[in-house]
Amino acid sequence: MKDPANALALRRSARWERLGLLGLVAPALLLITLTMLLPVGWLFYLSVLSDAGDWSLEHYRRMWEQPSYGRTFLATFEVSALTTAICILLGYPLAYFLSEIPKRAANLCMIAVLLPLWTSLLVRTYAWLVLLQRRGLINSWGIELGLWDEPLALVHNLAGTLIGMVHVMLPFLVLPLYSAMRAIDRNYLRAAANLGASPLRSFWLVFFPLAMPGLATGALIVFILCLGFYVTPAVLGGGKVIMVSSRIASDIEIFFNWGAASALGVVLLALTAALIVAASRLVRIDGVVGRHEAP
Amino acid sequence: MPRNSSFPITIEQISKRYGRVFALDHVDLHIKSGEFLTLLGPSGSGKTTLLTVLAGFTRPDSGSLKFGDTEMVCVAPHKRDVGMVFQNYALFPHMSVGANVGFPLRLRGVSKREITDRSERALEMVRLGGYAARGVETLSGGQRQRVALARAMVFEPRIMLMDEPLSALDKQLREHMQIELRQLHDKLGMTTVYVTHDQREALTMSDRIAVINAGRIMQLDTPRAIYERPRNRFVAEFIGESSFLQVQVAGGRVRLGNQTLRTAVAAPSHGPMLLMLRPERLRVLGAQDAGQAQDATLNLLEATLVATVYQGDSSLMQLALPDGSMLSVRGPSGATAAATQTLPGERLQLALKVEDTVLIAAEGAA
Amino acid sequence: MNWLERPATDTQITHRARLWLYAAAVLVMLLLVLPTLLVIPMSFSASQYLEFPPREWSLRWYRSYFSSNSWMQATATSLKAGLLTAILATPLATMAAYGLHVSRLRYANWLSMLLLAPIVVPVILIGIGVFYAYVKLKLVNSMLGLVLAHSMLAIPVVMLVVGSALKTFDMDQELVARSLGASRIRAFLLVTLPQIKFSVVTGAVLAFLTSFDEIIVALFISGGANSTLTRNMFNALRDQVDPTIAAISTLIVAVTSLLLVFTQFGSRTHRQ
Repeated sequence: MKDPANALALRRSARWERLGLLGLVAPALLLITLTMLLPVGWLFYLSVLSDAGDWSLEHYRRMWEQPSYGRTFLATFEVSALTTAICILLGYPLAYFLSEIPKRAANLCMIAVLLPLWTSLLVRTYAWLVLLQRRGLINSWGIELGLWDEPLALVHNLAGTLIGMVHVMLPFLVLPLYSAMRAIDRNYLRAAANLGASPLRSFWLVFFPLAMPGLATGALIVFILCLGFYVTPAVLGGGKVIMVSSRIASDIEIFFNWGAASALGVVLLALTAALIVAASRLVRIDGVVGRHEAP
Repeated sequence: MPRNSSFPITIEQISKRYGRVFALDHVDLHIKSGEFLTLLGPSGSGKTTLLTVLAGFTRPDSGSLKFGDTEMVCVAPHKRDVGMVFQNYALFPHMSVGANVGFPLRLRGVSKREITDRSERALEMVRLGGYAARGVETLSGGQRQRVALARAMVFEPRIMLMDEPLSALDKQLREHMQIELRQLHDKLGMTTVYVTHDQREALTMSDRIAVINAGRIMQLDTPRAIYERPRNRFVAEFIGESSFLQVQVAGGRVRLGNQTLRTAVAAPSHGPMLLMLRPERLRVLGAQDAGQAQDATLNLLEATLVATVYQGDSSLMQLALPDGSMLSVRGPSGATAAATQTLPGERLQLALKVEDTVLIAAEGAA
Repeated sequence: MNWLERPATDTQITHRARLWLYAAAVLVMLLLVLPTLLVIPMSFSASQYLEFPPREWSLRWYRSYFSSNSWMQATATSLKAGLLTAILATPLATMAAYGLHVSRLRYANWLSMLLLAPIVVPVILIGIGVFYAYVKLKLVNSMLGLVLAHSMLAIPVVMLVVGSALKTFDMDQELVARSLGASRIRAFLLVTLPQIKFSVVTGAVLAFLTSFDEIIVALFISGGANSTLTRNMFNALRDQVDPTIAAISTLIVAVTSLLLVFTQFGSRTHRQ
């Protein structure tokens, strides 16, 4: 019978095509599996090995019991939450402004947001180090203008860390927020005005809720990045701001304690994953991944 | 460029499933060599899927596809040698008009000089001679359509596939291009499969029409046969306007209410059937038609006018039969026409020619 | 002033009412841009404390950078690693982005999430993981190890750029090309690639920058002769504020801005 034969041949040719396309994806997949998935997977394994080499949850137990770990997590959450809050405070007006001016002007002003992103992280952190130090620009100007008498300790502490991190994270909040705000149909606001809402009420009751997904996306990205952040707190914190990432690094570099470091890392990853899942359930995230338009 | 022979296309039991839905349900279709066949149907009917199976972009689950005598169902699209014109033209913006048209020749290793010659001839065929150096973005929609056509023809394919190529054009241009496309087809003689959802277009251009719905062919016939003798309700409703009335068939007689109707073709079965009426085939009888009552080639119906809709070139009258069922009659809209003169509530006599009295099965569209 | 009274929106909110918004926005924009820009003039300050504005202008920190063997070697390492990363990651990621875009695989979604994972997983975790693996494989302090790790980090970035270009590309053109006689590969090379080449180049530039600016993984796995510029800068920062870093920073900002302008400019001419 003709049919069954063709059906087999068709299935075979479909399979070849699928394999061919998979073949395009394979090299990148291989690289990422070998250099990231396997090593990180191995860390998971290390985290459940005791120092003696057998199965044990002692690293996790130690994390739970020792107060220093608790302090580390607390500090990490504190810094991340504060940074996110300040970013929202500073970034919301900027994003709103950018979404209201004509597109050409906005694209021009966007350079101010993109330039820091493209500039090396180290350079940006260093810039703040120089500006905030005792003999740095901010202190010399403050004293000259008579704002304060003694140089303020603006760096090598929490304040310096926050300033640096806000500067780094601000673009990550502004970009998704701006794009969400741009997409809001201004007809909604016209309708609100026509129905009797004052500018303040129409902003709060109409615009703000509509921009919420963008805000949530931005805030989530910032918070998650802050959790695992290393460079800026290390440089501007002066050893007084110990976040999870610093702890992990010192566990390796100074104590060679792979078990503890791995366990910390696993917890960090779990937190990150949990946050992403929780947020995607609560607010529809206009993510870059998984946006599939049906034809 | 003109050819004497083209290929017939034989489609046997082609099926394609997406999950539980049959996009194509064991389709059988034989297209004659040199024929202009239109696949007509609503969106989602499977007509475009069938076309992409012909082109090789969709792999069916089973079935056979032959161009002439050669089995093609597993052959890769770039080896099939069919010309295809897409709805959005898909001209390459990074190439000039000439480079677009010459592209298939370049792929086939034709010499540069021959490419230039043949491209120019193809452009002349679509009345764009001399446009080779132009950029694609400088062309209007109609011109782009013609470049796409030239590009699909330049390598002299035996089979031409067209996927709603005119739907993006405005009405005037579309009607003009319909005639041009048909003329081109007649000149070159290639087997052409044309997909559209516009029934007027299908009726205008085709040798035969295959009406498709839900992955199955509802009727395959010439335009006239499809319009005047639809085989089922779906085809009757999809093409042209129609009203339906319940009739009973018993002992070879067709009864509409108390009336017996004369039909051109003997009623096929017993039981309930539907009488299909085309509004423009019903004529209002006026005082001067008194003698018509005895005409054996006519069926007469009595109805009451409910409302008239003036539509410029014609008027549509909504009428009610004594038993309450509704029908429409389309007639001239001049000042003295029945449509203009009759008032709602008046009773009218309608004449329906026997050959226009068409019965179709009472079950709903398949 | 006339302009203040004019409406800024069609709900008739005036510019005057929005003045606070304009001020806030400008302030934040300055905050974003100034710190980096201020480093530039400060790098020309003769004083150890990097004054602004510099009382005395001098090129001493630039001289110190260019005359230092260790800084030059680190720079060479970073440039080499960046270039190799761009060369490795760009084709890999482009193929993957294309393969995922074109295929109708059910698990294409999962695969793309997997390939984007390096930007979601905390870098510190990747850093120590790779370090551990490299110690076993003896790839620590090697250029090969560095390029492999950086390529892994760069692949998601390139995939996002190329992927978004493919999403806005009219795939029908590839179908047409294939109906006209081009195999899948030829259709991609002759029709698709020329039209997305700008995005591919941008992706390559971003891959280069991802490697060049990368700190954490390099901190762990690059060292000795193959120590990167960022690693050296980071260590110098932790010890004391070496003003040479100001000069290096200025140079980095200049190069990065040039690349940024180059890609933005390329986009405008392309779109013509």
